[in-house]
Amino acid sequence: MSAPHDTVERRGLSPRQRARRSRLIQYAILVLLVVFAAISADWGQIGKVFFEPKFIEAAFRDGLLSALVKTLEYTAGAFVIGLIGGTLLALMRLSSVGPYRWVATAYIEFFRGLPAIVVFIAFSLLPLAFEGMTIPWDPYGVVWLALGIVAAAYMAEVIRAGIQAVPKGQLEAARSLGMPPGLATRKIVLPQAFRIVLPPLTNDLILLVKDSSLVFIIGTSATAYELTGFGRELANTYANLTPLVTAGFCYLLITLPLGIVVRRLESKAARTR
Amino acid sequence: MTVQDSLPTSSPVVQIKNLHKSFGSNHVLRGIDFTVDQGEVVCVIGPSGSGKSTLLRCVNLLEMPQEGQVIVRGEDLTDPDCHLDAARQQIGMVFQQFNLFPHLSVLANCTVAQTTVHKRRASEAEQIARANLSRVGLDDKVTAYPAQLSGGQQQRVAIARALSMDPALMLFDEPTSALDPELVGDVLTVMRKLALDGMTMLVVTHEMAFAREVADRVVFMDGGVIVEQGSPAEVIGNPQQPRTQDFLRRVLNPTHVEPT
Ligand SMILES: Nc1ncnc2c1ncn2[C@@H]1O[C@H](COP(=O)(O)OP(=O)(O)O)[C@@H](O)[C@H]1O
Ligand SMILES: [Mg+2]
Repeated sequence: MSAPHDTVERRGLSPRQRARRSRLIQYAILVLLVVFAAISADWGQIGKVFFEPKFIEAAFRDGLLSALVKTLEYTAGAFVIGLIGGTLLALMRLSSVGPYRWVATAYIEFFRGLPAIVVFIAFSLLPLAFEGMTIPWDPYGVVWLALGIVAAAYMAEVIRAGIQAVPKGQLEAARSLGMPPGLATRKIVLPQAFRIVLPPLTNDLILLVKDSSLVFIIGTSATAYELTGFGRELANTYANLTPLVTAGFCYLLITLPLGIVVRRLESKAARTR
Repeated sequence: MTVQDSLPTSSPVVQIKNLHKSFGSNHVLRGIDFTVDQGEVVCVIGPSGSGKSTLLRCVNLLEMPQEGQVIVRGEDLTDPDCHLDAARQQIGMVFQQFNLFPHLSVLANCTVAQTTVHKRRASEAEQIARANLSRVGLDDKVTAYPAQLSGGQQQRVAIARALSMDPALMLFDEPTSALDPELVGDVLTVMRKLALDGMTMLVVTHEMAFAREVADRVVFMDGGVIVEQGSPAEVIGNPQQPRTQDFLRRVLNPTHVEPT
């Protein structure tokens, strides 16, 4: 208790004053950098390359909205597959049956450790490896499967943690009412587990929105283009980055509200705890 | 109720024979024998850690005993062929920590097992639930959620939830121990009423006044065995065993400090 006092007297500054001084210095540096950038940058050129109105208009004309819808469709389908697969895997991991546990653990570790892009490359090569093989609902089937397979591995761990966070007394109360284990899990444990993991699951949804941009690796036709593919192609065509920037803003349009939802859910969960 | 009527009234609702339960090397129940008759209220008392909760949890096989038999209404629950889920439907359990389902309304807490396990129609289940909620004095809380209720109200919902399954036997594990003192009375009143209605009850409790007034029989447990049992007047009023006397002295006179 005496040590901090000594320092305060020696330097003549309290810890709070010192923290304030260091914050002021950081602000000053930041302002300097911004001013420097503002003076030195060629704003006209930057505007023309990144924010050219006529290319923004072109993006809308050439189907920006349908690309946005595609991204949403890809993400939603993959999320559903990930949610169902993840729940099954989580239940398998917590099963008392050894082989279920082993299979689930192997799956989760494998697909969590693998870059999503590798899975997409594999899916793009599948028709070559297995001749005549087709996945239904082209292109949705492939996209949903490729994204969903990886998402299931991530979500399984989140959901497992959620199930384990449900107090043991809940299952006991359900069993004491005569509910068989499966029924008790469905009616009592899982609804509470999903409530607990809603914020981290929404985070996974945000990651999925972004991962859906990997679709271009599968090489779907132009009509299947989602935002990234669409933006990239237009940017190539016009030799201008504006369409890509526009597509990028569309991602933010999806992910920022989701981020707000996550924070709301988290603070609500913190309040009720 | 039909099964109950067809049984001879003399046969006990619960029969426990030579029950042993260990957790690892911790031998918690060391040979318990006792019965609970139809309509009887048995209170189990004893020091903390003596195995009261474990005994209660063995009665509906939430804990699997290593040795001995638990026979509820003529059916041996420890028999591997016994249909446990069916047997548990006739045994209501009330926990110290209530264990209400927080994601369901008060009404749904009382109907979820009825509609899924008993396969009752929603309207019928709701009617039964409302009747039981009214029995515990919570008609006006039907649409509330557990988090909006006081501890005493939650415990009464838990009792209504168990009653809604038409149990032949009710187990209570220290139902008032987690409650603020001023809320204990409401729960005990409900339990007293239940006993008067003829419910067969096995109650672990530290409420000696309740045991004295409501119990037909008091069982004193210590160290995983039944040390002494008999009428409340005998066990609480005039205990014979030194361990019972010692326990009661401490419980009935908590501020008293033993001279050393
Ligand atoms: N699930 C369990 N796992 C391991 N030990 C347990 C478990 N439940 C109870 N015990 C042990 O059994 C003993 C008796 O516990 P309990 O039946 O809860 O006593 P009481 O209800 O009389 O206080 C204690 O020593 C306790 O640590
Ligand atoms: Mg206990």
